[in-house]
Amino acid sequence: MWADFSLHHAWLIPLLPALAFAIISFFLLRSPWLAARLAIAAMGTAFLIALGVVWAVGSKGITVEAPFVMKTVWFSMPGLVASMGVLVDPIAAMMLFVVSLISLLVLIYSTGYMTGDPGYARFFAFMSLFAASMLAMVIATNFLQMFVFWELVGLCSYLLIGWYFFKISAREAAKKAFMTTRIGDFGILLGILFLQIAFGTLDFGELAVKVPAYVQQNGVALLTCVALLLFAGPIAKSGQFPLHVWLPDAMEGPTPVSALIHAATMVVAGVYLVARAFAIFSVLPGAMTVIAWLGCFTALFAAAIALTQREIKRILAFSTISQLGYMMLALGVGSLTASMFHLMTHAFFKALLFLGAGSILHALHDKADIFEMGGLRKSMPATCAMMGIAVLAIAGIPPFAGFFSKDEILVAAAHVSTPLYIGASFTAFLTAFYMARLFLVAFFGEENPHNHAHESGLAMLAPMGVLAVFSIIAGIVPFTMGFGDWVRFGPAHHAGIDWGIASASTLIALAGFGLAWAIYGNGARRSDAIVKQVGVLYSLSLNKFYIDEIYQWFNRNIVTGLARVLYWVDLNVVDGIVDGAAQKSGAVGNILRRFQTGQTQHYAALMLMATVMMTLILAITAGAVAGGGKI
Amino acid sequence: MNFDALMLEMAVALLALLILVADLLMEPGQSRRKLGYLAIAGLTGLLLVSLGRYGMQGAFFNGLFLQDDYALFFKQTFLIGAILVCLFSLDTVDNLPHSRAEFYVLLLFAVVGMMILASANDLITLYVGIELMTFSFFILVGYVLCETKSTEAAIKYLVLASAASAVMLYGMSLLFGIAGQLSYNALAKGLTASPALIVGGVMVLSGFAFKIAAPPFHMWAPDVYEGAPIPVTALLAMGSKAAGFAAMVRIFAEVFPGTGYPWPLLLLLLSGAAMLVGNLAAIPQTNLKRMLAYSSVAQAGYLLTGMLSGGFAGVKGVLFYLMIYVFANVGAFAVLTAVSRHRNGETIGDIAGLSRKAPVLAVVMTVSLLSMAGIPPLAGFVGKFFLFSSAIDAGYLWIAVLGFVLSMVSVYYYLNVVKSMYLGAPADDRPFEIAMPVRVTAVFAMAATLAMGVYPGPLSQLAETAAKTVFK
Repeated sequence: MWADFSLHHAWLIPLLPALAFAIISFFLLRSPWLAARLAIAAMGTAFLIALGVVWAVGSKGITVEAPFVMKTVWFSMPGLVASMGVLVDPIAAMMLFVVSLISLLVLIYSTGYMTGDPGYARFFAFMSLFAASMLAMVIATNFLQMFVFWELVGLCSYLLIGWYFFKISAREAAKKAFMTTRIGDFGILLGILFLQIAFGTLDFGELAVKVPAYVQQNGVALLTCVALLLFAGPIAKSGQFPLHVWLPDAMEGPTPVSALIHAATMVVAGVYLVARAFAIFSVLPGAMTVIAWLGCFTALFAAAIALTQREIKRILAFSTISQLGYMMLALGVGSLTASMFHLMTHAFFKALLFLGAGSILHALHDKADIFEMGGLRKSMPATCAMMGIAVLAIAGIPPFAGFFSKDEILVAAAHVSTPLYIGASFTAFLTAFYMARLFLVAFFGEENPHNHAHESGLAMLAPMGVLAVFSIIAGIVPFTMGFGDWVRFGPAHHAGIDWGIASASTLIALAGFGLAWAIYGNGARRSDAIVKQVGVLYSLSLNKFYIDEIYQWFNRNIVTGLARVLYWVDLNVVDGIVDGAAQKSGAVGNILRRFQTGQTQHYAALMLMATVMMTLILAITAGAVAGGGKI
Repeated sequence: MNFDALMLEMAVALLALLILVADLLMEPGQSRRKLGYLAIAGLTGLLLVSLGRYGMQGAFFNGLFLQDDYALFFKQTFLIGAILVCLFSLDTVDNLPHSRAEFYVLLLFAVVGMMILASANDLITLYVGIELMTFSFFILVGYVLCETKSTEAAIKYLVLASAASAVMLYGMSLLFGIAGQLSYNALAKGLTASPALIVGGVMVLSGFAFKIAAPPFHMWAPDVYEGAPIPVTALLAMGSKAAGFAAMVRIFAEVFPGTGYPWPLLLLLLSGAAMLVGNLAAIPQTNLKRMLAYSSVAQAGYLLTGMLSGGFAGVKGVLFYLMIYVFANVGAFAVLTAVSRHRNGETIGDIAGLSRKAPVLAVVMTVSLLSMAGIPPLAGFVGKFFLFSSAIDAGYLWIAVLGFVLSMVSVYYYLNVVKSMYLGAPADDRPFEIAMPVRVTAVFAMAATLAMGVYPGPLSQLAETAAKTVFK
């Protein structure tokens, strides 16, 4: 009953938060209490419907091959039909569940975290719109619809990252996020146009049929280019190298925003897009190789940076980039199941990590350096315990959630290529190390006497508790229930544990923990000596391999220089022409005005003259037609 | 005889007579607002009834008068326009010095005239419709007897419209002389190529060009628009133009194509002239009513491009565009009514600083003007897209290019108004009062403009259904 209703009203899932956004921004900006309740109620209802959708997918046997599709024509013209609709298959259902659950929890958490912010109501409006855009993107039936909401997601991230717009750094971060992702959006738009021109449709279902047929006939050359253009969007949005630079800066937004961006919306949008269009990517081996290697490199690269960062949210941001690299790697080696599985488990433990970080920052009044926190274990026991769970989950220790999904990725990578497997395993080692470093430094060791930390309130702890539960069970429960039978591409993927790889990865993670304990355990700071030995590597990592600096140099010297030249051209050539045209138009307007004498007889005379002229024109051309000429 | 085909016309005429009688029963000094509500309620009821009449084919009096989806679509356009005009003119009418009830009566009779034009299938019916509409407008334009400008406009309109009617009637008589028949079906068969046909056809076209204000038959428009009361100007701009197109499209689709003369060439010239003159002459205008008059001339040019193809796609565009033009027009004129009541003037200086005094109205004005300019995602963009793409498909690429370029020019004078509203300093600091009906109309018109721009599907389907009845 509920399942049936939910399935046929799945469009309500994005619509309800969108309505909440509209109502709050038009009517409730001055009543924050009500605004927060409304946003949570709308999101809660959306979550219930999402649950119904998941149930319906299970009970009605909706599979990847036979999705539930409902669509209506948005606008049409000869040669182009754009439709809007709802596509529910197991992948979308899983995403709806994860996104709406995490959005709901983050909203509840925000009621505590944002207390006292002057823009409280507006915050809930934006968060609702953010979640609504993401949810609408998830159920898109075609690329155009997806692109519309993809852009909305980008807009919301801009608004929320720049939330503290009175801070220059926040404004800069918002701009950076928006402009960096624009680069990718440009690529994806070109890719979409290519698809429309080549296939005459943007519908996922139709493309899934047409693309493989096209490849068989015409080869992969053109489509590989199209696929790489499409992939430019995910590179930017999912923070893949080299467009990852916006994501660490995005922590300038309030922490709940970071949690939402890193776990449920925005960055996973890119991964989801590749998964949604997997029918296109999977027939193009070249594109797949690029995705796999780029993902692997990003995973390793970001983990190497995370080793030396000091700000808690920055460490987590690079960890997100690294984990997204994992997801891309999984897609690249052809395992949609592993990628989506990791997306889901990562969403839970990363949201938990960010909310935990938020809880700490809330208690320490935005003191972000982990080396200044010290010994929070005693003052914040609940936060400490839950962060501990999340660290175990992300490091991939069984039976926590991350173990199962990471294991599937490693298995899939090992099947395809050994270098990829080694890269991924080494990333796992680094991940375990830097997460343990964060945990040991922030929670153990000497208490910092300047801090007067206290545990956060229930509004913040309760959502974290829910996420902690999911961080434990979100791996083993789906694993035993046959996640791979539902969320898959191609033949059913029967999950099994490769004991060799599983035990190796567990040992690697434990080794990472051990190394961290050896360096940072018991409040020790044995790192300085090591830094001296590997000075260059350390500063490379600390400075994020100078990628930002390289971009800035490029900007200053090349982009600005080019801009000066173009500015001159614009000012003197383009504006000259435009201004000239405008002046001429205005002059003609003034001349025409003089015809308007206000004298009725002039008007009448002109009308009669025009009638005579038209008669003559018609008579002459008609004569020409009769004489065999052309008009 | 099939009176059902005439149902809507009769109902509107009866409504007008009812108001006339009710007026006699009321105290002389009493407000006539109730009668306005009566008119609105009656028209709304008829609009709802008419929604169920799609697909009903009928003819009255040996096919003099046709009922089909095409006519119905236009009648709904007129009804919607009339309802919205009545709604935002309630206060204007209340402040008239005399004959307040008759305002609604004449407005309704003008609507009856328009409706007859949409259904006319015979030259005499066509002429009766035109005259019924035009006569009502003569009086409405000069409604305020003590205002010289209004009276002057009425006289000008009377003289010029009579001249145009005379020319048109002469043309009709020539057509009758050739074919010996008056109904379109018979004319289509009976019109043989002859010089008289050229003269007669051009004269009929001149009459239409006057109604749709296509240059050089547009000269009356700026003067009359400026002098007439604002609600009348609004109805003139959309109703009179739409009715002209309703009759013109039908006659050019059914009668003239068979005659073998290159009629589209004349339409092309008129269209180009309208776009050029309308957009360029609008630039130096400071009076907003005059500016909107020239803008409406330009809109006639865009609409004519839809007729060039002589096919179904273009007519669909014409129907779609006329409907959305109603909303953009109502939005702009409703705001202008409020401004004019406040400042007693309607120049670009009077509207300055509106965003600070009445932010909602400033937004409505902006949306309406940008829709006329054809900026996405507003309805005007979709409409222009239909019109220009039909012209390009029919091989008239250059007129579409001209349309694009001049649409860009039009953005200049539209944005000039927006700039004045948002950046200009208000001319006075009296608080701005907006009557509720004006506000409702303005916001509704804006919502419709937005909605049809974002989701044009249903309206374009409806326009398609309607256009199909003309091109069987």
